[in-house]
Amino acid sequence: MAIEQPLVSDEYAYGFNDGDVSVLKFGQGLTRQTVEDISRIKQEPKWMLDFRLHALDIFWKKDMPGWGADLSALDFAKIIYYVKPSENQGRTWDEVPQTIKDTFERLGIPEAERKFLAGVSAQYESEVVYHSIHQDLIEKGIIFTDTDSALREYPDLVREYFGTIVPAEDNKFAALNSAVWSGGSFVYIPKNVTSPIPLQAYFRINSQNMGQFERTLIIADEGSFGHYVEGCTAPIYSSESLHSAVVEIIVKAGARMRYTTVQNWAPNVFNLVTKRAVAYRDATMEWVDGNIGSKATMKYPSVYLVEEGARGMVLSIAVAGKGQHQDTGAKMIHAAPHTTSTIVSKSISQLGGKTTYRGLVHFAKDAAGAKANVRCDTLIMDDLSTSDTVPSSEVGNASALMEHEATVTKVSEEQLFYLTSRGLSEEEATRLIVMGFIEPFTRELPMEFAVEMNRLIKFEMEGAIG
Amino acid sequence: MILQIANLHAKVGDKEILRGVNLELPLGQVHAIMGPNGSGKSTLAQVLAGREEYTVNGQVLFDGKDLLSLSAEERAFMGLFLAFQYPVELPGVGNLYFLRTALNSVRKHRGLDELDAVDFLAYAQKRMDLVEMDRSLMSRSVNEGFSGGEKKRNEILQLAILEPKLAILDETDSGLDIDALRAVAKAVNALRSPDRTLLLITHYQRLLDYIVPDQVHVMTEGRIVRTGGKDLALELEQHGYLADAKDHTLPVGGHR
Repeated sequence: MAIEQPLVSDEYAYGFNDGDVSVLKFGQGLTRQTVEDISRIKQEPKWMLDFRLHALDIFWKKDMPGWGADLSALDFAKIIYYVKPSENQGRTWDEVPQTIKDTFERLGIPEAERKFLAGVSAQYESEVVYHSIHQDLIEKGIIFTDTDSALREYPDLVREYFGTIVPAEDNKFAALNSAVWSGGSFVYIPKNVTSPIPLQAYFRINSQNMGQFERTLIIADEGSFGHYVEGCTAPIYSSESLHSAVVEIIVKAGARMRYTTVQNWAPNVFNLVTKRAVAYRDATMEWVDGNIGSKATMKYPSVYLVEEGARGMVLSIAVAGKGQHQDTGAKMIHAAPHTTSTIVSKSISQLGGKTTYRGLVHFAKDAAGAKANVRCDTLIMDDLSTSDTVPSSEVGNASALMEHEATVTKVSEEQLFYLTSRGLSEEEATRLIVMGFIEPFTRELPMEFAVEMNRLIKFEMEGAIG
Repeated sequence: MILQIANLHAKVGDKEILRGVNLELPLGQVHAIMGPNGSGKSTLAQVLAGREEYTVNGQVLFDGKDLLSLSAEERAFMGLFLAFQYPVELPGVGNLYFLRTALNSVRKHRGLDELDAVDFLAYAQKRMDLVEMDRSLMSRSVNEGFSGGEKKRNEILQLAILEPKLAILDETDSGLDIDALRAVAKAVNALRSPDRTLLLITHYQRLLDYIVPDQVHVMTEGRIVRTGGKDLALELEQHGYLADAKDHTLPVGGHR
């Protein structure tokens, strides 16, 4: 995803906006009418409208979380809940409106698609404006489409799984997403089918006060393998935008699914996301989750290990700069014997930023012989910045094994001297040390994303070093 | 003279560690500084390489330029190199990438083209063969999990790659068994050149059996107190440092 254009902002690479390009834009605020209008525009079946309205009731009843990031600046009455950016979804980039196409060109998506992706979905505001998938994946029976299209084209599949992993009752933001969701990806990988190269979705917010509520549902059938990658950006405005997604993943027996996120929201975006997977017998679910940017992120990818031998992994990094709070972590629910999980959390705080690792490992009483390994490493770049670690575990089976290790480090004077004595500037030296710190994360990314990640980190670090 | 040190003082807080060092090193020679623990040898090495925690006074000319006004990286650009007594671990930073970044940074400031990954690998492999370094170490993180001998060997490899005019080897022999010592010494000898000065800092004479110096200096209590030929090392080994410090108080190299 190389970007040839000069960077627009000193602090955030993707802060440009396209003006108002929408063909339909709701007013600010959320009412029952808002939800009914979204459902009517999309010509949804009645069960989905009922699902939305039920969720809206839950959203209104539920309190804001009493923990985590400070969300007091988030005003639900000021958010715009639906913006339709174009009349139709493109199957080629030429069918996408020019301004929007230019934006994705600038973000490097078409180039990345040509080079190394099996399929691309590009969501702009509330709707997916471009979608493609390699013909050979279609021939293997893989479904990769936006969730609205899936609801029309695969109604039975969607109805069977939608909202089963993350019910609207789960939390206030899951309820909000359930009420006003639009867009997102739907992926189905048939039994014993392998998707060797990644499917990518790209989410772009353009409008001020925009709320983006994509809904992603992934089903990896028995013995299958897939890798889904998402990236996100937005312009910088003085008022807040909201990104509140729900991701539900079902990994059936013997299947393996990896979900990789490199989120780079502008520093005015509240990023409040519920990501959860269920892994069945001997299945493997891996979350690779990178959080750079946003005003506040609250996100705790989780895996419910519900049958014997299921494995879960969360590998995450969070970078918090000036005025930012990354409250992130992971949840592993061991509900069956001999399930295993690994959590590796790396966080970096700089320029007064704050990172919090918040994690839960739960061993149910049936989780005989289950094992969990948690490792949290924090790098604090200066005296203004802070970091917290809030791990918790619940052990209902005496034979379960839990290991936890946490480190907090600063860039050491010794390391800097070693590198500068070899001819590196202090800035280059710091960057190298930070790259090394997050290497356990970047090494898991597809190469092109690893390059992008390092570029982003380099960019974030500029200005952090005096 | 590649290096001329005159009346060099260095303090950490109120503690004066270097108390007027005078030393001159001609280009192309190998010199050794010997002395007891705490005599200031390693401080001298670190001050010369540009470590910032010291308050420094005096004059140091490196290749005719005022060394003390330069940052650590500028000293590296000019061709000064310190092989660390305790090489620093850099978790997650690949050794090969580190070495290429360092070389390219130095090359850039010397007005040379940067080497791409392919060209650098070819260059690095030649230097690895020269210092007989196991190539598997290149794919690991810098010094992380290296044995003592591997760490020291990695320092010598950096020396071979960066090709400095003056290399200071700070107790490169410490912590090495006799086989590792021989191997490191062989690598260092392969890097001797009329265009390069080596300054060996050591406690023990045994390193000098393998890397034979042109001159030996004795340092005690923050000063160079005696200078002689290579036989001086043997004499020190037999009689110790302190006796010598009392017997030979004439500073050497302090002509100005």
